[in-house]
Amino acid sequence: MLFTSYEFWGFIACLFLLYYLIPRKYQWVMLLAASYIFYFLAHPTYLIYISVTTMTTFYAAMRIGQLLNVQKAHLELNKETFSKEEKQGYKSSVRKKQRKWFIACLLINFGILAFLKYTNFTIANINSLLSVLGTGERLTFMNVILPMGISFYTFQAMGYLIDVYQGKIKPEKSIFRFALFVSFFPQLVQGPISRFNDLSATLYEEHRFDFKEVSYGFQRILWGLFKKLVIADRILVAVNTIIKEPDEYNGVFVFVGMMFYAIQLYADFTGGIDITIGIAEVLGIRIKENFNAPFLAKNITDYWRRWHITMGTWFRDYLFYPLSVSGPILNLSRWSRRRLGDGLGRKIPVYLTTLIVWFATGLWHGSSWNFIAWGLTNGIVIIISQAFEPLYARFHNKFPVKGKPLYSAFEVIRTVLLMSAIRMFDCYRDVPLTFRMFGSMFTTGNFSALFDREVMKLGLSGADYIVLAAATVILIASGIRRKEGSMRDRLEKIPARRRYLMIYLLGVIILLFGAYGVGYDATQFIYNQF
Amino acid sequence: MKWVKVTLRIGVVSLVIASFFFIQRLVMPKYVNGIVEGSLIETYYEEEGNHDVIFVGDCEVYECFSPVALWEEYGIPSFIRGSAQQLIWQSYYLMEETLRYEKPKVFIFNVLAMKYNEPQKEAYNRLTLDGMRLSSAKIKSIKASMMEDENMIDYIIPLFRYHSRWSELSFDDFRYFFNKKKLFHNGYYMRVDVRPVTTFPQGKKLPDYSFGDNAWGYLEKMKKLCDNNDIDLMLIKAPAIYPYWYDEWDEQIREYADSNDLIYLNFLDLIEETGIDYNTDTYDTGLHMNLSGAEKLSRYLGPILREKYGVPDRRNDTELSRIWEDKTTFYYEMKAAQETELAGK
Amino acid sequence: MNELISILNGLHPDVDFAEAEGLVDNGVLDSFDIISLVAEIDSEFDVRIPAEEILPENFNSAKALYELITRLGDN
Repeated sequence: MLFTSYEFWGFIACLFLLYYLIPRKYQWVMLLAASYIFYFLAHPTYLIYISVTTMTTFYAAMRIGQLLNVQKAHLELNKETFSKEEKQGYKSSVRKKQRKWFIACLLINFGILAFLKYTNFTIANINSLLSVLGTGERLTFMNVILPMGISFYTFQAMGYLIDVYQGKIKPEKSIFRFALFVSFFPQLVQGPISRFNDLSATLYEEHRFDFKEVSYGFQRILWGLFKKLVIADRILVAVNTIIKEPDEYNGVFVFVGMMFYAIQLYADFTGGIDITIGIAEVLGIRIKENFNAPFLAKNITDYWRRWHITMGTWFRDYLFYPLSVSGPILNLSRWSRRRLGDGLGRKIPVYLTTLIVWFATGLWHGSSWNFIAWGLTNGIVIIISQAFEPLYARFHNKFPVKGKPLYSAFEVIRTVLLMSAIRMFDCYRDVPLTFRMFGSMFTTGNFSALFDREVMKLGLSGADYIVLAAATVILIASGIRRKEGSMRDRLEKIPARRRYLMIYLLGVIILLFGAYGVGYDATQFIYNQF
Repeated sequence: MKWVKVTLRIGVVSLVIASFFFIQRLVMPKYVNGIVEGSLIETYYEEEGNHDVIFVGDCEVYECFSPVALWEEYGIPSFIRGSAQQLIWQSYYLMEETLRYEKPKVFIFNVLAMKYNEPQKEAYNRLTLDGMRLSSAKIKSIKASMMEDENMIDYIIPLFRYHSRWSELSFDDFRYFFNKKKLFHNGYYMRVDVRPVTTFPQGKKLPDYSFGDNAWGYLEKMKKLCDNNDIDLMLIKAPAIYPYWYDEWDEQIREYADSNDLIYLNFLDLIEETGIDYNTDTYDTGLHMNLSGAEKLSRYLGPILREKYGVPDRRNDTELSRIWEDKTTFYYEMKAAQETELAGK
Repeated sequence: MNELISILNGLHPDVDFAEAEGLVDNGVLDSFDIISLVAEIDSEFDVRIPAEEILPENFNSAKALYELITRLGDN
């Protein structure tokens, strides 16, 4: 069930009605049931995987928490009698036991994820290697289906586990409440990846029906549907035409495709998250934002603080920081400082950690070299921008352009182009092709084709382009005033009548102009023989 | 003052809902110019007066029989509930639905549709189903007709299906928003032009000539429906020469008719009796009859209806006479108009 | 403390770390700065900051950071 299916909205409508009719203390139970039903309807066998993740993580966290409690009690008891060394020794032995549970749980869950997601990728690579070596053997691909949302819920659960291991949170005592945290269904489609601290504060509460909250949630859902159906699903047609025939659509079309894809991905992803957050809001649950005006980013680091925020912070807190303070990396740091001096020596571990994290980020996105290349490219560009910081500082000292509107515009446009170019790895079927198409943007001089009606052959009609342009204008207009506050706050300021009219119009726009359904093809109705 | 607020709110909500119906009506194709066949089914609901004979089936009914001719010469009021490539279950549910409005003496079904055991094409489904008023019969007909990727909700709320027509709205969509032009004559689609048959097709050999179980099932249901309601069921095959009507098919229907005591007229075998002339009586080389052909077939059918089924002459009914007088006038007006147009070419 | 301030100034010479607060919350120190700091602190003070202590409250001011280092050094 996707956001653009009738069944999904029927499901939501039923859930919504029942949710506010039942006694409030059972609302979270209903959510748990709804999440598992949602999952079951998508594919019954998926339930096994999410159940295993839930149970193993719950149990491991409980054990780790118990060990900590025992440790506390023991230390309290022996406060006077233990020497410092004995305390240290005891603590580290407890830590060792905790680590066993921790590692075991990590291995099981990341193992499941790796197995389901990356086995065929590994096999494909082994096969390529085998063909290079000239042997006739090939491994056969496995028939695995990837459970919906596994990348999201695994990370969400592992984040919880790491938080417990690091002593930041206490383990959840009820397996059912924990199960809801892992399987909360709006998040299963595209995230966001929530932290236990944040989500548990709102997920298990009793929610009274609040007309304002519900209507805001509803408005947010509408807005997300607008982005997804009117913009994303429409422009997707043109993007697909361009990337499916790379040899025909080279040169300037690569650029067109790149920019169209930027719009499509933005509208689709942020729209989907709007729907997710809107649904949660309708149920009285507040989820953290996942985007913050990514098109306004001034540089790549800024971009990654604005795009897919929860993924970025997950990798930062659970991979980047632990890795950088780990023994091996700190040792490397000392070594490189000794050998390569302070300047470069300090940077080497940072760069290495960054590359590792971005390799993992790429891999998380998908099991293909395209995504790995995408991740590494991001990492390399970030490293380069870090490395050039002193140069930039000197430049800005000499030329005080920072903050000036023209320069800011330059920074924004530069970042948009940069990120759109890096995203080309998403589009083309393999890495060499991506590089080739990127190059053709500069070498193939078919700029005139733009004016040659070719753009009309991409699968979109003139009317479609008008709708896209108008919708994009609406999108930009809605973002222009963001300094005045979030969309919610700005909406609140609009008088009720005008607001309802806007919502109504938005609904009509989605119904009429949304790119859903079969589409009307008059030739279908002409019959040759009745 | 609270109830003022409440009524206002209800008023606004009703307005909003009404606006959606408005938009839906706007984007639905009007079928007034071009594919007029889409307008056939809905014309039934405008009918005044009852009908003793109701035809159901595909183009072979709505292009081969003239209710006005049946009235003029035999005083038999009839209606053709036909539509483009109407499938047998769609015919059955139309029959079921008709019973909510009236009880005819005879249902006539064109058996060509027996060759289609499964749903064929979404577009043709639409031409038949969109015109039906919402009823349990319509729901069942939709269910039986839906192709794999179709959704019930697209039929109940056609806005979802036709919304993308917004970019193709034409003047017709506005002009015919409330009322459509009268195009048919109790479900008969008049064509006066002539295009004679050039060749008679030879049927390709088929691997299997038996009709599907689904089709037989619905034929059975038709018979049961008629039996339970004391209505006569008549099976016919119009003299259209294409799609090819195989002897093997003909045999199966004849067997069924005989064992169930039904009259089955295969007009392909009654060319002499009906006087059909493939040089003058078809407008598309034999796929369908034109006006001349339709009137000949109706003239042949009339006595059979009278003698075999006891369908009475209703011309002494003042109310019906008045209604049919208007229909007859319109009929000859269109005939004259079409002939003029033809002459002008 | 002074060594700490000079390490901090090595990353951002133009900031007055003696007084400044909200270093993380206001974006003065980003994640790269933090891990550079951790590595430096490790080599200069011989104190390993574990990942669970990388919290905004520990890095928001030179003072907070110094307290962290002291606390970890004692254990």
